[in-house]
Amino acid sequence: MEILVCVKRVPDTAENEFELNSAGNDLDRDDLVYSVNEWDNYAVEEAIQIVDKAGGSVTVITVGDDESEEVLRREMAMGANNGILLSDDAFEGSDGLGVAAILKAEIQKGNYDLILSGAQADEGAGQVGGMLAAMLDMPYASLVNKIEAGDGKITVGREIEGGNQEMNEMDLPCVLSIQTGINEPRYVGIRGIRKVASVDIPVKGASDLGLDAVNVGEAGAKTKRVDYFVPDMGDGAEMLEGSTDEIIEKLIEKLKANGGL
Amino acid sequence: MTQIFAYIPFINGVAADVALEYPSAAKKIDEGASLTAVVAGSGADLDKVANEMTSIYSQVIKIDNADLAYPNAEVVRKALVNILPTDAVFLTAHDTFGMDLAPGLSVKMDSAYAADMVDFEGIDGTTLKAVRQELGGAVSTHVAVDISSGAVMTVRPGSFAPVDGGSAGGSVVDKSGDAGDLSTKRKFLEIVAAEVGDVDITKSDVLVSVGRGIEDEENIEIAQELAEAMNAVVSCSRPIVDAKWLEKSRQVGTSGQTVKPKVYMAMGISGSFQHMGGVKGNPFIVAVNKNPKAPIFQVADVGIVEDILDFIPELTEAINDL
Repeated sequence: MEILVCVKRVPDTAENEFELNSAGNDLDRDDLVYSVNEWDNYAVEEAIQIVDKAGGSVTVITVGDDESEEVLRREMAMGANNGILLSDDAFEGSDGLGVAAILKAEIQKGNYDLILSGAQADEGAGQVGGMLAAMLDMPYASLVNKIEAGDGKITVGREIEGGNQEMNEMDLPCVLSIQTGINEPRYVGIRGIRKVASVDIPVKGASDLGLDAVNVGEAGAKTKRVDYFVPDMGDGAEMLEGSTDEIIEKLIEKLKANGGL
Repeated sequence: MTQIFAYIPFINGVAADVALEYPSAAKKIDEGASLTAVVAGSGADLDKVANEMTSIYSQVIKIDNADLAYPNAEVVRKALVNILPTDAVFLTAHDTFGMDLAPGLSVKMDSAYAADMVDFEGIDGTTLKAVRQELGGAVSTHVAVDISSGAVMTVRPGSFAPVDGGSAGGSVVDKSGDAGDLSTKRKFLEIVAAEVGDVDITKSDVLVSVGRGIEDEENIEIAQELAEAMNAVVSCSRPIVDAKWLEKSRQVGTSGQTVKPKVYMAMGISGSFQHMGGVKGNPFIVAVNKNPKAPIFQVADVGIVEDILDFIPELTEAINDL
């Protein structure tokens, strides 16, 4: 089985406290820690496990700048066989439809049986997988938390409300977005990264992909981010302050008053 | 005039709460817009929901087809592409069905796509201004959506005020004959029900709920000790289940259990909307998190900026000394 996994380099929500820049129109990105989108690690792990059983290869792909190469190498250190970086100044400012169109152009050059993405990334839209499937006229399922690969078909479980699971049978090739918890992504050590440090990762731009710059990037975007802001906190929580002993004393009074003790 | 269509999800003949929220969202998009409910399914359940929607919506489109007996997003999408006008502004909930349906629908409709809207600020020309969140709710953004060739948007359940239904006096239009060929390469098989765990967290008045801040499986024990001291039960957020430190039946959230405790102790939980979507009944919420900007502090009653690994054992000891 030839599997392609779409990944993304994102600000790490576990490692950063997000602040706005002085102009108030973007995040203060100077000291942000970036990593591979958490959901994508589950997608890559799942792809590797399928190929371990059924044979084939795993290719990881991303749309991003030069620094996105590091996330491709990280996923190759997990066990992905190939990496492809789609990078061009013309791609900047693409909306979800733009990113999907860029990926589609490269995917059509290959012969993939299965295309995976994370269920969502930093923007929380969960959009690229479903768009890609529609553009390629392939069946799609989102929020997948179980895969049983068969011959020409695949059985997938989707996570739906209340912890229930919706089972579907799909024809291959297809596109799936992967939910966290489907597996336990393997650990990647420094030695693993070093092993793939010199593997060639091809970089392709708009002209390599036959893309017209007016259809991607900011020019082609129908949905554009205007600014960032910190929402009005409303009343918010009453913050308890002081020494830990003082805080605990106040908290115990409040718990008693509200039925907690 | 903007034509807005709202997709009504339902289970066993009961419409989701979002059915009462779309009218408020539509008004914020365009006060003068027409608003039509779209109900797809099969048989008596469909008819029941379609008729109920006439008390909330002046127009209700019904799509009845045996292939829609289970709402397989791929099948629903095919029907919608044949029925919606090409410049429609289509709304669906940002739930597990909407996330399955909407991105691909925007491609087939050749429309703009915008996900998980929490507010709308009106249309200027053909540009709709809207609000959404990024980075797990840590920051908000304004987005400009070009709706000149229509738009497909998901709206966050609970973000728009529910309307009082009852007086719309609408009528049902049966568009089943326009649905077209509904064959797809994805076939629904069955629903596998969630596993029942050893503890029913929905029955406890007090929950000690742990999130990423617990850092390690070994530390779950300190939460259990606090729960014992408070005569409470330990629940958790999604990352704890993903890491297999607690079983799925202990997970609070839209993809886990819905709980209605009196007191909810959110320990090292950031407070994503998917998590808080499972906390109902307006409990007294105590949030302890070392990140002062954690979104949980917006919804909690009492907030404490501390590392739970230090704080929980001290709190347990103090309660045991009472």
